[in-house]
Amino acid sequence: MVRISVDTGTCVGAAQCVLAAEELFDQDDDGIVTLLNANPEGEAVKAARVAAESCPSRSITLHED
Amino acid sequence: MSTVETNPPVAPYFMRQPGKPFPPPEYADFRKLNGLAQVALPSGGRAWLITRHEDVRAVLTDPRISSDPSREGFPRPTATAGVPTPHEVPGWFVGSDAPDHTRLRKALISEFTIRRMKAIQGTVEEIVDGCIDRMLADGKREADLVNDFALAVPSLVIATMLGVPPADRKFFEAQSKVLVTISSEDEKRADASRQVHRYLNRLIALRRKRPADDMISRLVASGQVTDREIPGVAMLLLIAGHETTANNISLGAVTLMQNPQWIGDPRIVEELLRYHSVADLVLMRAVLEDIEIGGQLVRKGEGLVLLVAGANHDDAVFERAGEFDPSRSAQGHVAFGYGVHQCLGQNLVRIEMEVAYRKLFERIPTLEVAAPIATLPYKYDGVLFGLHNLPVRW
Repeated sequence: MVRISVDTGTCVGAAQCVLAAEELFDQDDDGIVTLLNANPEGEAVKAARVAAESCPSRSITLHED
Repeated sequence: MSTVETNPPVAPYFMRQPGKPFPPPEYADFRKLNGLAQVALPSGGRAWLITRHEDVRAVLTDPRISSDPSREGFPRPTATAGVPTPHEVPGWFVGSDAPDHTRLRKALISEFTIRRMKAIQGTVEEIVDGCIDRMLADGKREADLVNDFALAVPSLVIATMLGVPPADRKFFEAQSKVLVTISSEDEKRADASRQVHRYLNRLIALRRKRPADDMISRLVASGQVTDREIPGVAMLLLIAGHETTANNISLGAVTLMQNPQWIGDPRIVEELLRYHSVADLVLMRAVLEDIEIGGQLVRKGEGLVLLVAGANHDDAVFERAGEFDPSRSAQGHVAFGYGVHQCLGQNLVRIEMEVAYRKLFERIPTLEVAAPIATLPYKYDGVLFGLHNLPVRW
């Protein structure tokens, strides 16, 4: 199982996560990351990894439980 | 790898030269050593060049580096070229660290969300169509694609977003050009900066009295940005919003005219961003504590130039990096930088490039460069790489 966590305190709103996986990540009105689904499955796990890798402020962590 | 102090190669600042390929072939030589070289700055100082993708990304997320040009060692290409300090231009948050950078960036993120960018796509399409209409209108079947299109589109887009009258395009483009040319004389540069400030101050005062539906009005109303900072923030957005994108659009248009089989492919934008790396010399930092980069000890108080084209043409990450190949994955490129300063407007750039190429080649399918590629006026002297002019015909 993969669980995603995001740090809204360090997010800089570059939106790379939304570009990589819009089914998992969104931005609030201030442009800060919001998590739509913390438990991706199948193909979405790959997209979550791309999002975490692309995040310029490293605000996305994948926990392999 | 153990940390050592070696005698690194010393490179001249201007490695881009007429007749030489870009990125300069020396970058590959440096990557084969330990990825670092020293550069002799025209101002007389030295700085480290970082050329490997892995090192560039690692350094840009390292808390022991600073973006503040008033820090000891921060690279200054010439006395006045480069990033202004917070003292010189308050609000120019490219050159600031937390907490000021965090506050100013957060005040602007909402203006550049994916949702906002989707909402503005229609405006971008209208502006692009308008530019093409004007190119076609005189019946000459030739144009300067930089002035009439590649520069016009992002200038008109950012002006519209900020609330700057699009009719003042020539004024702010001319001043920006002075500011982003490395060899501009100090006095000329100071004058250009003063003129843009005066112009924006007038506009800001106007919006204070009579707010409109634009970014300057919202900045004024936000309460997040001080009165001293607002002109600097607006100036940064205005300049960064048109210069960078203009160079991307023009260089990309040349590449697409040379590789027409890729026109229409949705993957071209990311690959063009990687391939051209126009912001090669933009990322500069000062080192706040001794750190190790690629096995090299870099001392507190030394300066870094993180070469965007070095990282984006690193064969360890992008196979046959010197080839334009949209079928590769360009993911992980650092064309917009990396770390907390990564380009705020990058998703606007993506839309501008996508719309620009789609409409340009749809409406003028016979477009071609009207001069030998090698003779084109490249910006060897620019903070950003690009083209001064691009003669085209159809």
